[in-house]
Amino acid sequence: MLIAGKACLILALGTCLYGIAASLYGARSSRREWVASGRRAVYALAGTVALAFAILQAAFLRSDFSFALVASHSSTTTPAFYRATAVWSSQEGSLLLWLLLLSLWSSLILWLTRRRLREIAPYATAVLLGFGAFFASLLVFLETPFTQALPAPLEGVGLNPLLRHPSMMIHPPMLYSGYTLFAVPFAFAIGALVTRRLDANWIRSTRPFTLAAWFFLGVGVILGARWSYSELGWGGYWAWDPVENASLMPWLTGTAFLHSVMIQERRGMLKIWNVSLVLATGVLAILGTFLVRSGILDSIHAFGASTLGVPFLVLIVGMIAGSIALVASRAADLRSEHRLDSLLSRESVFLLNNLVLVALCFVIFWGTFFPLISEAFTGQEASVGPPWFDQYTVPLALILVLLSGVGPVIAWRRATAANLRRNLLKPALAGVLALGVLAALGLAREPGALLMFGLAVFVLGAVGQELWRGVRARRAMAGGGVPSALVSLVRRNRRRYGGYLVHAGVAVLFVGIAASSSFQDEREVLLSPGQSTRVGSYDVTYVKPTADLRAAPNGRLEKIDFGAELAVARDGKPVATMRTVKSYFPSSAPFVGPVSRFFEGEATSEVGLKAGWKRDVWTAIAPDTGALRTRVEEGDRVFSEARLTPAERDALLGQALGGLVRSYADDPPPATFRLIVSPMVTWIWIGALIAFAGGLIALWPAPRGMTSRVSATYAARVGREVRTPARV
Amino acid sequence: MDPSRKRKVRFVVALSVAVLLAGALVYTSFSASSEARTPSQLLTASAPGEVYKLTGRVEPGYTRRGTTTHFRVRDRAGKGSVPVTYQGTLPDPFREGREVIVSVRRQGDGFVGERGSLITKCPSKFTAEQSKS
Repeated sequence: MLIAGKACLILALGTCLYGIAASLYGARSSRREWVASGRRAVYALAGTVALAFAILQAAFLRSDFSFALVASHSSTTTPAFYRATAVWSSQEGSLLLWLLLLSLWSSLILWLTRRRLREIAPYATAVLLGFGAFFASLLVFLETPFTQALPAPLEGVGLNPLLRHPSMMIHPPMLYSGYTLFAVPFAFAIGALVTRRLDANWIRSTRPFTLAAWFFLGVGVILGARWSYSELGWGGYWAWDPVENASLMPWLTGTAFLHSVMIQERRGMLKIWNVSLVLATGVLAILGTFLVRSGILDSIHAFGASTLGVPFLVLIVGMIAGSIALVASRAADLRSEHRLDSLLSRESVFLLNNLVLVALCFVIFWGTFFPLISEAFTGQEASVGPPWFDQYTVPLALILVLLSGVGPVIAWRRATAANLRRNLLKPALAGVLALGVLAALGLAREPGALLMFGLAVFVLGAVGQELWRGVRARRAMAGGGVPSALVSLVRRNRRRYGGYLVHAGVAVLFVGIAASSSFQDEREVLLSPGQSTRVGSYDVTYVKPTADLRAAPNGRLEKIDFGAELAVARDGKPVATMRTVKSYFPSSAPFVGPVSRFFEGEATSEVGLKAGWKRDVWTAIAPDTGALRTRVEEGDRVFSEARLTPAERDALLGQALGGLVRSYADDPPPATFRLIVSPMVTWIWIGALIAFAGGLIALWPAPRGMTSRVSATYAARVGREVRTPARV
Repeated sequence: MDPSRKRKVRFVVALSVAVLLAGALVYTSFSASSEARTPSQLLTASAPGEVYKLTGRVEPGYTRRGTTTHFRVRDRAGKGSVPVTYQGTLPDPFREGREVIVSVRRQGDGFVGERGSLITKCPSKFTAEQSKS
């Protein structure tokens, strides 16, 4: 099986190299059959990589520890669902997943465009296969997932318990789908530049893929935030960690691109900007993978130690140099067909939105790479913290939300005073009113958050007004009730109304972020059973400890749980009983005593969370295991001196640990609790759901009849324009 | 003003705003950053009262009493290590051999960590680390 897997990867690499050659030859010599053969190489790549992935997946499910990767990332005590997803918890497995998703998405776009974009497609195929060849060679030469474990161990190390969370398991495929989907517009942009076919055609064809990339990457980012909030035991959802930033950067430039292409489609402007944005997004997507996988940000010095550092750096430098050279040599073909008419127009609002998004991306880039920048300039590694990020991202986010309300309703070309009054007056008044009311309620102490609330009301007002007008017009024309008019309105213009929904969702999401980060109450306190403390307007009482020794279904000891039952009351009235647990997983390190093994390993928090519309009450426990230390050490000594058969040993170990667990429950030492009352966190997740629903609406393919109608009007317009002598 | 001149003026204004912002970014990042120090750097030179961002690996054998943790931080690659006393809860991924960053102040022979400042590297890295070993 190992050999079969390895053979698949070698075959995949060969397929990539053949496909690149075939596509380029076919494009140069205009031989269609070679182009078609290059395209089929992509399908073949998808097939072989899927086979390799299936082999690895099967090995994980069977717990076949002759696969070194399975032995080091899974175990028989790992639950089946997590065994299935442990594949991509490893470096090698995630590179394989990357390649698999790349080949699948590439196959889809090339199949969809097989009769279109005949000139651009072969070059795009070559670029996509180039990425494929890069990852395939990493998998063949540097990080092969099919290494044999000699001798095969009886039990594996297990999946890192911190990663045993449903959202953490869906998160990597989402992120990687986002990253690989961004490779599609990148490849087609390169193709368009090479062939000088720089109209909006390639943009139109790849647009669904850009939108899908945006969608998946966004879902991935939010799932990561959700995991951090509920699993990591620190109570936050975003920490400006390099790994988080890496996924956010291409998402921001991708968002900018989705907006600015509308200007190119409509007005033939901003061509250089669009091409640069999509190329930058592609580079950032690869950079994201690189940041997470190479460990470069630990230090420049760690860079040399990583096997992936140099190849990735070569790829990224190549992508950047190639992009710049191509754009520079095609500058004449990228000239705008029109000029900006007025600063008060949708074009200029979109342009401003682009600048803000790119500035955000740049701030994050600088902060993320600052350790390297500083080490390069001063020789001293230094880093910037969340306050530095917030100082720039907060004002930029405020501007962004403002623009997201103005953009959809301002007129193209030149907005008149009447247009502005008609579309913006009421929402603006609503925003100002909300601002005033909230300020009177005492929220003025946090001006940033207050402003964000006002702006969000403005955006929701603008979007709501637009929807309401659409529904009214629809009913006037076709009759029917409000719901049916709404449905048919949205169905007729999915892109537009999907976009509105995204804007509304983002406004809601930012309300959640602003409220929860500005008005949070947080306490860290040492409590004994029976004692209580106050956090925000809640009284939290440590009722009693919980302690448990848990075994996996196959009887092996899996973890020790120490936790607490907490009673939460507000104004003397009980609100909830909450449980929070810290789980201790055994360490697999050598030379650790059999009992202390359980306290030296990985620990995870089970957060006690009471989520609500208004606020979340979040609790986590940090039990004091120091009190057990003497007993643990004694246990280690007894076991190292006793001569036991493995079966006896397991049974006795179970008893000893059981005793330890009971003694913790009977005589609990005071435990540290982290208690957070955070308003409106739920709205972050709700806002994200709204935005993604909007994304799905915009993404959903329009029925055939509608596209043909649209393209017919488009063709008619082109025909008209061709006939009228155009300004040259 | 004729349109092309107007455009030029706008362009210059926009460009100078961008340059100013970039300048602010660079300046604040250097002034707001805290310098990272390795344990052996702190051993050779450290002033009392000054805050340093200590990075390194947690040495085996840390002790916890209530909310206080005593541990030593060792160089990633070198031999130096310094004792740290830390108040407050530790992140879940904290454990022996793991890489941590903590803001510390010198106190006597040892260092005292600032509450809430201790962070461990993101867990998605750990798997990469493990697969190497």
